[in-house]
Amino acid sequence: MSTLAPPDRSTTRPRKKPGSTADSTFGLLVKITLLGLVDAFAVYVMITLFFQEKWLILIVAASVTLLINWIYLRKGGLPAKYLAPGIFFLVLFQVFVMLYSGYVAFTNYGDGHNSTKADAVSAIQLSAQQRVPDSPAYRVSILERNGELHLLATDPDGDVSVGTTGSPLEDASEAVTDSTGRAVELEGYRTLGFAEILTNQADILAVTVPFSDDPEDGSLKTSDGSSAYVYRPSLSFDEATSTFTNLETGATYTDSGEGSFTSADGEQLSTGWKVNVGFDNFAKAFSDQNIRGPLLQVVLWTFTFAIVSVLSTFALGLFLANAFNLPDLRGKRVYRILMILPYAFPAFLAGLVWSGLLNPEFGFVNNTFFGGADIPWLTDPLLAKVSVLVVNLWLGFPYMFLVCTGALQSLPEEVNEAARMDGATAWRTFTAIKLPLLLVSVAPLLIASFAFNFNNFNVIYMLTDGGPRFGNTTANIGHTDILITMVYEIAFGTGVGRDYGLASALSIIIFIIVAVVSAISFRQTKALEDIN
Amino acid sequence: MTAFTEPRATAVAEPHPQSTGKIPERRQRTFSQWFRHKGWRHVVGVVTTLFAVFPLIYVLSAALNSNGTMVGSNALFSQIDGGNFEALFTNPSRPFGRWFINTMVIGVVTSAATVFLGALAAYAFSRMRFTGRRISLLTLLILQMFPQLLAVVAIFLMLNAITDIVPWLGLGSQLGLIMVYLGGALGVNTYLMYGFFNTVPKSLDEAARIDGASHVQVFFTIILPLVTPILAVVGLLAFIGLSSEFVIASVVLTDPDSQTLAVGLYSYVAQQRSENWGVFAAGAVLAAVPVMALFLFLQKYITNGLVAGSVKG
Repeated sequence: MSTLAPPDRSTTRPRKKPGSTADSTFGLLVKITLLGLVDAFAVYVMITLFFQEKWLILIVAASVTLLINWIYLRKGGLPAKYLAPGIFFLVLFQVFVMLYSGYVAFTNYGDGHNSTKADAVSAIQLSAQQRVPDSPAYRVSILERNGELHLLATDPDGDVSVGTTGSPLEDASEAVTDSTGRAVELEGYRTLGFAEILTNQADILAVTVPFSDDPEDGSLKTSDGSSAYVYRPSLSFDEATSTFTNLETGATYTDSGEGSFTSADGEQLSTGWKVNVGFDNFAKAFSDQNIRGPLLQVVLWTFTFAIVSVLSTFALGLFLANAFNLPDLRGKRVYRILMILPYAFPAFLAGLVWSGLLNPEFGFVNNTFFGGADIPWLTDPLLAKVSVLVVNLWLGFPYMFLVCTGALQSLPEEVNEAARMDGATAWRTFTAIKLPLLLVSVAPLLIASFAFNFNNFNVIYMLTDGGPRFGNTTANIGHTDILITMVYEIAFGTGVGRDYGLASALSIIIFIIVAVVSAISFRQTKALEDIN
Repeated sequence: MTAFTEPRATAVAEPHPQSTGKIPERRQRTFSQWFRHKGWRHVVGVVTTLFAVFPLIYVLSAALNSNGTMVGSNALFSQIDGGNFEALFTNPSRPFGRWFINTMVIGVVTSAATVFLGALAAYAFSRMRFTGRRISLLTLLILQMFPQLLAVVAIFLMLNAITDIVPWLGLGSQLGLIMVYLGGALGVNTYLMYGFFNTVPKSLDEAARIDGASHVQVFFTIILPLVTPILAVVGLLAFIGLSSEFVIASVVLTDPDSQTLAVGLYSYVAQQRSENWGVFAAGAVLAAVPVMALFLFLQKYITNGLVAGSVKG
């Protein structure tokens, strides 16, 4: 294909009709194939959604599929064809997840509040099983089919039935019985031998066979693989009043309106469900003793960490850029290469390696530089903060060095000469002329660097894991935790139960802080005006 | 303050070495002048280089010392053997080889897709005029201020929901993780590319259009070859970023066999930092080498790309 035709000829050449070349036939084929694959996948997803009766998602999926087809099949609308793939992922995994965070922040989603109320009711009924006193023993055999364990139960009257977890007992009178009248085999199933019963004990213990679809009728469980007993829920659920009653103590648990069943004296059943709690998570963040104290310290440290990191890396980077901005300095290239190595080193590894270097007992720094002293680099609150900042300086200064070198070299030489002619000292030339010019070009990068460090998860998590821990909270949060590591700890940490609602509320707070800071600083630098 | 001494001013004042005869006196003067002009720069250079490099030398030494513990690693290069590397590849519960391959596959697929999606968008923004163009560019610029990891909880819950619909795209799936990463594909990359696309003269594609090329042909055969540098920069930056990504990968990938280096190597030292040290160091060296090699190889491109991005805004 010719790319550059002389202008005089090209103006007179008749324009070829689109679709007339072999290339565009090929293009059409590719387009149809790709679109076909996308549609096939979409139909597969929609069928699954249909059978799961998730109507809202189904409608959204169908609309998106239609939209994609419309974009690519219609004539014109060219920009949309180029933008659609990127925007699809952007909307789904950046915009939507942020909105969804906003929604989760207003719920009590978390451990014990995972699903709907109906799910919670059946979970409570299943978990609160107790053996019915003096109930008769059923003689059972353990059967296996398609990898699933079943109980073949012979009741005291000699009637035989079969069932498994989730599928109630059914009549199985055709089963083969042994000399004692106990059913041992059933067609279509394989009976487990004694040795297999021993090795699969945990799975057998977990088999709970309900008598009917109503959990309150009770169920059969076996602990030894040969005899089973009747278990009934110790809590009875009353559909009409939506309350649980403890069959032994008579205590009633009512829907508290906050996603759990609570008794009159405040006792709560462990399984709850997801409800909207309004601003409770935000209120909790600022009033709960366990969260508020740490949160304020964490916010303060997050700002300190981000600001000091930007300033220290920029200062060192700028100083070095100046020092090495000399055309005839010998070894300049070697210095440059060696100094940018930390920037090339993966950040998560840097945190881990430095945590070893700074280990108080065995670390290289204490043993080699400080002659075996026991300096608590990572366990003393103040020193840990200093260590985090030093490590982040190590990671970040090469970037600033590169950026400042580039920016310095792009400054026009005349400015420099004019200043010298006017008799300005080197220092004055630098502060009054070079620095302001430099700041114009690097200010957006400094803002971006601030935003990055504000959420610099890796350094903190890998180096100190947020530690040393605060004394005034049960959560696993410490003196070097920044907001984003606190969010991670609350949502996925091992210390206390997962609380997605509170974690999302904190994410929203970070979101707002970053938005405000960037809005103010971008207004200052007028970076946005350059877009045309 | 001598830190920012303007080089030329002193260079002019420096006497020519051959012009006088009194050697001892002048040598001293020359040294102090040399020091003020250049010498201190070497001091700064050596000190900073030591600060920059000693952790890397330490980790290399620890990797080569099969003694294994953290204390044993403190005497640099006291012992050199490959025992740690051997241990690294023979631990079935911590499959380093798999992590390495996983990281490469996820990194390469995601950065290639990122480059492609970004280039498509940049082409549209640079070459077409349409309503909402300015506002879309602004939106992209604003969205990139909010990294995906802020929404890690929602991403986890969403993938959890996807697991029920399409299991092979949900939690534990690398493909699911790649999809999540692609959510960040447009953001800053489109912006960098947009600036670079604008530097390719429009007369080129106009000429091609007049010759009968379709917009797709212009994109693939004219624009893309001319913007290869920025494609390399964006792809490389994406790859380097991804190879360090821990938060989302740790939440999505639960099975040790499917994990990435970041998640896996963290688990190596999370529990007992000092016992596994040598093996961890060996893993760190192997994990860092490809990334660092790529980085240094394309260092010039990256510097230019960063500065171009910053100046063009």
